[in-house]
Amino acid sequence: MATATVRTASTSALSELERRMLRQMLLIRRFEEKAAEAYALGKIGGFCHLYIGQEAVAVGSLAALRDDDYVISSYREHGQALARGIAPNAVMAELFGKATGCSKGKGGSMHLFDAAKRFLGGHGIVGGHIPLAAGIGFAIRYKGGDQVCICYFGEAAVNIGAFHEALNMASVYKLPVIFCCENNRYGMGTAFERVAAVTDVVEHACSYDMAAELVNGMDVLAVYEATRRAADRARKGGHPTLLEVRTYRYMGHSMSDPLHGVYRTKEEVEEQRKRDPISQLALKLREGGVLDQAGLDALDAEVREEAEQAVRFADQSPDPDPAELLTHVLAD
Amino acid sequence: MATSVYMEALSPTMEEGRVVKWHKRDGDPVKAGETLAEVETDKAVMDLVARADGVLRQVAAAEGQTVPVGSVVAVIAAPGEAVGAAPAPAPPPRPAPTPEARERGAVPVGSPVASPTAAADATRVKASPLARRMAREAGVDLKLVTGSGPGGRVVRKDLESARAMPLPVAPPSEPAPAPRPPVVVTQAGAGYADVPLTQIRKTIAKRLATSLGPVPHFFLTTEVDMERAGEARDALNQSLGERGRVSFNDIILKATALALVQHRACNAWFQDDHIRYWDDVHLGMAVAVEDGLITPVIRNADRKSLAELGKAAKELADKARSRRLQPNEYTGSTFSVSNLGMFDIDEFTAVINPPEAGIIAVGSIGQKATVVGGLVTPRRRMRITMSCDHRVIDGATGAAFLRTLKQMLENPLAMLL
Amino acid sequence: MATLTYRDALNQALREEMQRDPNVFLMGEEVGVYQGAYKVSRGLLEEFGPMRVVDTPIAELGFAGVGVGAAMAGLRPVIEFMTWNFAVLALDQIVNSAAKLLYESGGQVPIPIVFRGPNGAALQLAAQHSQAWDAWLSHIPGLKVVAPATPADAKGLLKAAIRDNNPVLVLEGEMLYNVKGEVPDGEHVVPIGQADLKRPGRDVTLVCHSKTVAVALKAAEQLAGREGVSAEVLDLRSLRPLDEAAIVASVAHTNRAVVVEEGWPHAGIGAQVVDVIQREAFDHLDAPVLRVTQADVPMPYNKQLERLAKPSPDRVVAAVRRVLYLD
Repeated sequence: MATATVRTASTSALSELERRMLRQMLLIRRFEEKAAEAYALGKIGGFCHLYIGQEAVAVGSLAALRDDDYVISSYREHGQALARGIAPNAVMAELFGKATGCSKGKGGSMHLFDAAKRFLGGHGIVGGHIPLAAGIGFAIRYKGGDQVCICYFGEAAVNIGAFHEALNMASVYKLPVIFCCENNRYGMGTAFERVAAVTDVVEHACSYDMAAELVNGMDVLAVYEATRRAADRARKGGHPTLLEVRTYRYMGHSMSDPLHGVYRTKEEVEEQRKRDPISQLALKLREGGVLDQAGLDALDAEVREEAEQAVRFADQSPDPDPAELLTHVLAD
Repeated sequence: MATSVYMEALSPTMEEGRVVKWHKRDGDPVKAGETLAEVETDKAVMDLVARADGVLRQVAAAEGQTVPVGSVVAVIAAPGEAVGAAPAPAPPPRPAPTPEARERGAVPVGSPVASPTAAADATRVKASPLARRMAREAGVDLKLVTGSGPGGRVVRKDLESARAMPLPVAPPSEPAPAPRPPVVVTQAGAGYADVPLTQIRKTIAKRLATSLGPVPHFFLTTEVDMERAGEARDALNQSLGERGRVSFNDIILKATALALVQHRACNAWFQDDHIRYWDDVHLGMAVAVEDGLITPVIRNADRKSLAELGKAAKELADKARSRRLQPNEYTGSTFSVSNLGMFDIDEFTAVINPPEAGIIAVGSIGQKATVVGGLVTPRRRMRITMSCDHRVIDGATGAAFLRTLKQMLENPLAMLL
Repeated sequence: MATLTYRDALNQALREEMQRDPNVFLMGEEVGVYQGAYKVSRGLLEEFGPMRVVDTPIAELGFAGVGVGAAMAGLRPVIEFMTWNFAVLALDQIVNSAAKLLYESGGQVPIPIVFRGPNGAALQLAAQHSQAWDAWLSHIPGLKVVAPATPADAKGLLKAAIRDNNPVLVLEGEMLYNVKGEVPDGEHVVPIGQADLKRPGRDVTLVCHSKTVAVALKAAEQLAGREGVSAEVLDLRSLRPLDEAAIVASVAHTNRAVVVEEGWPHAGIGAQVVDVIQREAFDHLDAPVLRVTQADVPMPYNKQLERLAKPSPDRVVAAVRRVLYLD
């Protein structure tokens, strides 16, 4: 992704970026809908945390980064994996636990990896991967590179010690890390304000003398722009940034949760859906004459087919060989 | 917490025991190790000892009563401890697993796993895994090795010190027919008498059935001139004076042991897929006891002097008659001798004591008109009949042994060679 | 061959490996300016600079995670814990990150990292600072665990750990840092997973590692003198992987074993060793295997009580007498 040209983009270049981001968001939406269906059919096991509603965060931020940058995430990472360019087939096959999955069926929904794309997981312990991001940033600085590492986590992870230890060290060591907090307002079923003394996550940056931005996570372009600024800061002086991206998940915490649950109302979810990032961007493109309804329908049909193909691929893929049980415990 | 007193397996083959006499009564204080009762096993009368300190309660087996091994016969309660009035129900009779199955720790289906304190463990040999392996490889029966480890565990050292004295693999059974008719208890008015089998009689019945049937016997008889043996006995007894007496039986035992050294082919065990030829001679000696017989074993009979041998034979016979033989004193013989001379039997055939391959049956010594140097003279003569397991001993083999035995008895000085 | 302290042998290993591979760096509390809480890193900051000898905040979870992240991105970090007692705070990074990433990524993300520091009790540091984590840490697949007892093994095993492409935990001993011994110069790498016979014997095997090697050797000395018993001392050196073949070979030779360890008895390293022996050397055993461990209590502060809690040569001798049926 050539960010340098985008910054001084012509109108058409911007339109092209928006069109591409719309397609990625749609792909994630359709992919996650198929994943929900496959989960209901028992083809996906364990925990499965869907990304529906939050697509603009992954798509906007990753559109602002380079292929040689590093990405690390929590267990709600299907969207980031797809936005990073991991093939839907490989992601769906991983959810199915198949040998063709991006982690060979050994990681599952919570542990998507693609080292070649510098997509380093998929981590299941809340907040546990935030220090890892600082470490990746340390390695970049150690080697004198100008890459950045973006680290996604939910707002609930802010209450855990690892977040604070990592932010402190990233600031002390001036590490090129973008800490991207996806504030979807609920840690499982607990509203953030019920368990956090400071409810604006950005304020935590003050404790660590760190740059921060509050971002509208339903506006993909806003996420894109904020991430671009953070990446610039990191590349130039190795300074980390804390982004608080306000977003919303339409689905339950995981597939084992009800859609709304008792911790929020159906009306609240309906209200949030009106800010849907995909609808907003589609409307903008239609109004700007970039994409008409027929074009939008064609785009949607294209990604639907891609998601369905991913399910077919995953279905037909073999389970890992039993011998795989014992491989990859230790490296040679 | 009350401790149950079980009918313990006091011999390797015991499955039930008869309470002969209670030494302690209900309410008596007892100490661990004290004798609670005398129990008649299939072999002997043994002591049943207390396994805990306390007070004897709930004696559930009367004197004379026979109960299966593993049954609770009483409890030992802590002083002042209240125990229920009714005796605890006895567990079901212990299934009798084969010794082999026990060795492997097999638990019979449907049987609870024996607790460490249960009497079922009484026959289990405690041995280290190494000792078990060494015993297996050397063909030694661990039951016959005295363990020096904790709780009598057989350990390597015990196997090493037992090397000089090979020990049999499995306890052999009693040979020879009963020397006495059973005591018949006549029922008034009945035309017959039912006599319950005593423990020893049951074992005899069971064991002998495994001999003559399955073991292909053949018999060899020879007549021996015992004149010079008699002269030797008299001379020896004269020189021994107060220090002891040598009997014909002692001389026969000694001659048999020495003849076996020369004829190892007869000092052997039949072992399913192999024959074990023993280096040393452990001579079984059938002893008639009240209501049965038992075969105590004179270990290393070939290496004992006549006097030692006579002393050992007498001690063992006394112990057998008083039913005080320990299991290791009646198991492990390599060849047996049965002597019914004192019953004025001219000759008889004895039943082999498996896995041994041979036994000699010795008849009475009597004056017979004998041709010596062309003259008919009265001589003391005795008939010996050897029973051979044809799977181990062939006719000529047995005959050769018998000839050596005869020569030794007829010329006792040859025993010095 | 020079005579070095255990501390300097570790220092030498670090220095040589950092000279050899620019991707190796040392990170931890007080490793730089202070020269190391136990002076293992003395002189390294001066030689390699602050990018490679990195002082951290007191944040075990944080810097352990930074280490793992750096390994994910291709470096070979050596993370020093001031003591393993503090590493409990970092256990999430050791267990959930370092040990798991290779497997859950389907082999894509190796973690070549060393976590090292003193383990177990020193003198009168009381309960929180006197714990042997050997068994805890050795439980986890995906990790290797070594526990050198001598300066030579300390150097050789640390070098092997740094060159290994997996997370390797090096359990050192505060009480060992001043121990002197001959250390081969330069390229001296002790393969991970190989036990070492520290003293051959005939009658009983003393299985031990780290600080208990000295305890076992002292006990063997006493046994040879007073009891005429010939004890074999087998130093495990690696706790994971465990050199099962060496354990079995020794027990097959002596038929008896006593396992000596610094940790608590319940589910300890010794329990694992006993499992190996009963499984693979059952028919060689002439006695039950006994264990000598720390008393099953938090470590007391009082000097006499602490002495009673620790494995001692006397307790080893007593256990040996029991397995030899001398009591």
